[in-house]
Amino acid sequence: MEFSLLRQKKSVELLLQKVDSLLESIGREVRIMEVCGTHTMTAYRSGLGHVLRKKGVRLISGPGCPVCITPEGVLLAAAKVVEEMENTILVSFGDMLRVPVDGKSLLTLVPAQNSSVKVIYAPEEALKTAELNPDRRVVFLATGFETTIPSIAWVVLEAQRKNMKNLFFITSLRLVPPPLRAILCSGDVNLDGFIYPGHVSVIIGSRPYEFIPEEFGVPGAVAGFEPVDLLLGVISVLQQICAGEAKVDIVYTRAVQPEGNPAARKIMDTAFECADAEWRGFGVIPRSGLVLRNKVLDASREFGLELSSRKAHEACRCGDVVKGSIEPEECPLFARTCAPESPQGPCMVSVEGSCLIHYKYGSVRWTGSA
Amino acid sequence: MDRVSLSVGSGGKLMRDFVKEVIVETLGNPYLEQFGDSAHVNLSGDLCFTTDSFVVRPIFFPGGDIGKLAVSGTINDLVVAGARPLFLSLSLIIEEGFFVHDLKNILSSVRATSSSADVLVVTGDTKVVPKGDADQLYINTAGIGQKLVEPGNIREGDVLIVTDCVGDHSVAIMVARGEFDFWGDVQSDCRPLHSLLPLWDMGVKWMRDITRGGLATVLCELAEEKHIPVEVWERDVPFSPAVNALAEILGIDSFYLASEGSAVLVAPQDKTDEIIAFLHGIPEGRHASVIGRIGGKGKPGEVVLETASGGLRYLEPLTGELLPRIC
Repeated sequence: MEFSLLRQKKSVELLLQKVDSLLESIGREVRIMEVCGTHTMTAYRSGLGHVLRKKGVRLISGPGCPVCITPEGVLLAAAKVVEEMENTILVSFGDMLRVPVDGKSLLTLVPAQNSSVKVIYAPEEALKTAELNPDRRVVFLATGFETTIPSIAWVVLEAQRKNMKNLFFITSLRLVPPPLRAILCSGDVNLDGFIYPGHVSVIIGSRPYEFIPEEFGVPGAVAGFEPVDLLLGVISVLQQICAGEAKVDIVYTRAVQPEGNPAARKIMDTAFECADAEWRGFGVIPRSGLVLRNKVLDASREFGLELSSRKAHEACRCGDVVKGSIEPEECPLFARTCAPESPQGPCMVSVEGSCLIHYKYGSVRWTGSA
Repeated sequence: MDRVSLSVGSGGKLMRDFVKEVIVETLGNPYLEQFGDSAHVNLSGDLCFTTDSFVVRPIFFPGGDIGKLAVSGTINDLVVAGARPLFLSLSLIIEEGFFVHDLKNILSSVRATSSSADVLVVTGDTKVVPKGDADQLYINTAGIGQKLVEPGNIREGDVLIVTDCVGDHSVAIMVARGEFDFWGDVQSDCRPLHSLLPLWDMGVKWMRDITRGGLATVLCELAEEKHIPVEVWERDVPFSPAVNALAEILGIDSFYLASEGSAVLVAPQDKTDEIIAFLHGIPEGRHASVIGRIGGKGKPGEVVLETASGGLRYLEPLTGELLPRIC
């Protein structure tokens, strides 16, 4: 596969012509939610977000950034581990550790005696850390969607198999389809279509989204992450609108099958079970999260940690940003007190966060002028 | 002696022997052999003077080591300022217990790198700190160079040229740290750029080496300092396959990756062919390419990138630390 083709101006221009002609027959602005933060990144980093907006396709970022939707309560529980538990190493992914909680972040807290915080790049490093530090407790703040959950599940099962006594988990694992239902039911956001996440769909396939066309009549397509992939997704949605139909199309066929990856789902199902779960911005969504089957590994139970949230930062509107009900620029803190150097909420921290992406790629200055 | 001990830094006979046998012996030149408190050099005219400290981790990496880096970095700061590098100072801060053979290897690359650029290390200092107070070895170099030309004013329509691939140093260091489970034969591009000096006679108006902060940060500084709009064409920026691959996997924007052997320059449009032909004829300019121009769609002070897909976005300076201690 020649990936540069998927970014080339020539390919993009051809597809944009197709977008033009479809928009002409639709005759109005079309609003499409790109569920995944990586799609937001593609749209803004390539400059296509602005090109599409000028043409009449408005991309709205959805709840697909794991850092952004992790509730504050989970971070406070992790902070408690760092500050109060001795002989403990908290491990998590980099962006998670930099999210502000009460003006601090997990990386800037003063750890308890002989305790520390460690950035990991892959879940299995949690296991390695625990093996290398048999005399300390390791708590893995495990967050993510269906993309990362299978590898976290593998770590859980390995910890069980090796009968490890010093590895525990604070989990904030979330499923992608349930918040989409919540968004459609709430009616807060006007949507003509969805671009479904590519990586998540490699695992879950396209079937879990079927309820969206069936119950709500909203078109959608599973797309990859190159500019051409994104445009193919947009074109599929526009074509469905033109034809007056709604389905779950797959335009990322080089990676996604309708049935997904059954082996990965099996390992997820062995380690975790479905439960109601809290999302930043949404509150509790029924059956939208996964929790450990083996409660012995559960740090919240083992150490009595409270995971549910109090009221979040009053002025920070990350919650509304992840729901797609406002754009980052509409938040009163955006580019004022909240910037990459001094983030006030998770959407300005995560590389997949809408606020950071909008800030970095200059949407503020382009809006209206380009 | 196989390891550097604290007593070496005490100023007594041990220190003198160490400096003589390990440092002067390896670097070997008439200036150092005098053991004076200052080097006496004879210079006149406009001079440039610069200094830089090097704390890279790891100190040995594919394509170089902290010694080669310290000499190249200071030479390159002079070259891009339009000066011919002449003399360097070399200060070592060594952690107690550091291997003497490692130090000798590093000093050998200091010697090889400086002599390849016709530059002499004429003065230096050595300190040893207790174990744990420093990470192996830190180096400071200062450099003096003879200013060659007074560059012309930058105008709209001038072209932007990069002299070679961008970002290889950052990627080599990331891989060498072993923090990711990757391997590959990517080499740091760390090298002295004295071969670029003739460019100043070809009408080059401004030059900067693409170190920390990467191409994006350097171009933002250009736009801001000169208060001009800058336009960059993503498809024309030369990135090596290794840089492209790692940036892709880790989700890093390659416009922020550092080089230690590549520069970006501004030149009049009618000199483009001459400059590119010159660069393609030297090893340091094999992938030289015109990557943009002064002017275009932005306002003064802004850098606008035309992406490979034909969209437009701003390039912003690096915020926060992409990777600590790469130089």
